[in-house]
Amino acid sequence: MTDIGSRNVFDSDHDTFRASVRRFFEERVVPFHKEWEKQGFCPRSLWKEAGENGFLGVAMPEEYGGAGTDILYSSVIWEEQSYAGASGPGFHLHSEIVMPYLLNYGSEEQKKNYLPKLASGDCIGAIAMTEPSAGSDLQGIKTNAVRKDGQWVINGSKTYITNGGNSDLAIVVAKTGDKGTKVAHGISLFLVDTNLPGFTKGNLLQKLGMKAQDTCELFFDNVTVPDSALLGEENKGFYYLMNELPQERLLIAGMAISACEAMYEWTREFVKDRKAFGRTIADLQTVKHRMADMKMQIAAGRSFYDDCLLRHNEGKLDSATASMAKAWLTDLQCKVADEGVQLHGGAGYMWEYPICRAYADARVQRIYGGSNEIMKELIARTI
Amino acid sequence: PRPFFLGNRQPSRKPPCSHFPDMLHRTLQTKLRALVGVKRVIDYTVKIRVGANGVVTDGVRHSANPFDENAIEAAVQMKEKKIVNEIVAVTIGGPKSVEVLRGSALALGCDKAIHVKLDSDDTQLEPLLVAKALQKIAGEVEADMILLGKQAIDDDCCQTPQLLAGLMDAPQATWVSSMEIADDKKSVTITRELDDGLQKLQVPLPAVFSTDYRLNEPRFPTLPNIMKAKKKPLQEKTLADLGITDTTPRIKVKAVSEPPKRAAGVTVKSVDELVDKLKNEAKCI
Repeated sequence: MTDIGSRNVFDSDHDTFRASVRRFFEERVVPFHKEWEKQGFCPRSLWKEAGENGFLGVAMPEEYGGAGTDILYSSVIWEEQSYAGASGPGFHLHSEIVMPYLLNYGSEEQKKNYLPKLASGDCIGAIAMTEPSAGSDLQGIKTNAVRKDGQWVINGSKTYITNGGNSDLAIVVAKTGDKGTKVAHGISLFLVDTNLPGFTKGNLLQKLGMKAQDTCELFFDNVTVPDSALLGEENKGFYYLMNELPQERLLIAGMAISACEAMYEWTREFVKDRKAFGRTIADLQTVKHRMADMKMQIAAGRSFYDDCLLRHNEGKLDSATASMAKAWLTDLQCKVADEGVQLHGGAGYMWEYPICRAYADARVQRIYGGSNEIMKELIARTI
Repeated sequence: PRPFFLGNRQPSRKPPCSHFPDMLHRTLQTKLRALVGVKRVIDYTVKIRVGANGVVTDGVRHSANPFDENAIEAAVQMKEKKIVNEIVAVTIGGPKSVEVLRGSALALGCDKAIHVKLDSDDTQLEPLLVAKALQKIAGEVEADMILLGKQAIDDDCCQTPQLLAGLMDAPQATWVSSMEIADDKKSVTITRELDDGLQKLQVPLPAVFSTDYRLNEPRFPTLPNIMKAKKKPLQEKTLADLGITDTTPRIKVKAVSEPPKRAAGVTVKSVDELVDKLKNEAKCI
């Protein structure tokens, strides 16, 4: 299903690129992933390598260091990373969330200053929205930025920030509205260099899964940034966030379905090999039916994802449909992971087996990027 | 004594590139042209299965032969250093073989490609036929160096580079693990990996080289190059176009089977028993 050349959405150029990306993950990421899981982060050298091979920011225009391609090439990368089971590097957040914010709302100067460095892997990006007291309820954020002597002073903290540990650039979501205005009308986005005085990165967070991902807290203690750090217009941040969320949700959905396919394939290979009661467990009817169930749902899920991907490529993916893809496919991913572990038996509980790590990695997909409960709220509004 | 299969042919007194006459003039040119051979084979990561008709190829992932990627990489590196002016990639195979030209050779930096198209993707390619075709192509494009992977991972014949050099009456440098072009571009100093050590040779151009793993680390095709590959010239030819009419197979495959599953070991009670088993059962002494 993720077989090269098997999907109508992609043409031969995409397939050639996919072969190349698949090899990159197989050869340069997967063999080292275990080591990176132990230390809790991926080395910067990996980012440089990805940048050198042109795997970062592919959808950015060529003048800013990208390859100027359609979103399908981006999809190839986030799908292949998930298919390889390599959850450590936050390439997708960096290339498909951070960089588009810059491209869509940045000034020419900001774009020229940051995009080429982000594309080459010299600068690693993160986006800081969530706070200890505000996740789904983004309007509950406390981090704020006030004007002082012609500059902005940021105070507050963020948590669960992907790429936080390695990041050089963080897009910080802060309140800038006057007292009394609705929070939604008073949020701004700032481009903050992480080595500014007052900017502290907390210890790497110990997570259930995605152990090679350098997720951490960020603290801002009177971090002062110039006017040129404001991304887009003052107090328009909330609308920017709303505009970019469909892509983020599609991305998570894409990772989900590719992970499903990888888990299905690992499970298929295991059950065909595992012997019990004089035959392989694949010969047992219960196993056959459960594999068939998985296959059906994954095939249907893949079809839905491909449709959403095409729509997004045409600029027609609305928020509700993206939410449907995210919620449905991440639910499926967790179900497939659970079933996969069960069919692996004791081996499924062992960290050395990919299915075990994929089970742990899958769990957060229903939570981040907009929890599935919020997704259902958004879908319900369109009914 | 000369090996019997060379027949009664007298040693050649002509300069070592008799496939076209003005070679001496061309080698005085400062830029070189490389011809790189690429074969479409089952991907090295795939677990091979043997079916009723031999190795199962239907629906199985194929890609460029890994050693051929070393050859492409060597040529591309020389082009980047401006030693080589143009790289022509060639494949001999059925319709699907075009994938290794567009997807590997051209996407990695070769300038042009030639597809010697056979009717079927399942034809068993034989080294002698391939060597004959490459000889004709090398003559047509006027190649100064021919870079081939040391062997294909599907048949492991390891014969095509050697046969080609023989047909062309050109020097051969096989299992190359390092290559250094002389400043005057007329020769190449190479290191070859042999079972008992490394050998250093100086080889005058034009010559045939076969590349090994340790020669270089093949790069990943970048997106811009993948997209440029579509516009690069790709020519189709048939064996008949090259004047090759005799395609009778010289090799007949009698049977294909998976290697026997590893059997359980046996503890022997004495050295005599060991020697007896080695002699009479394993038959290896």
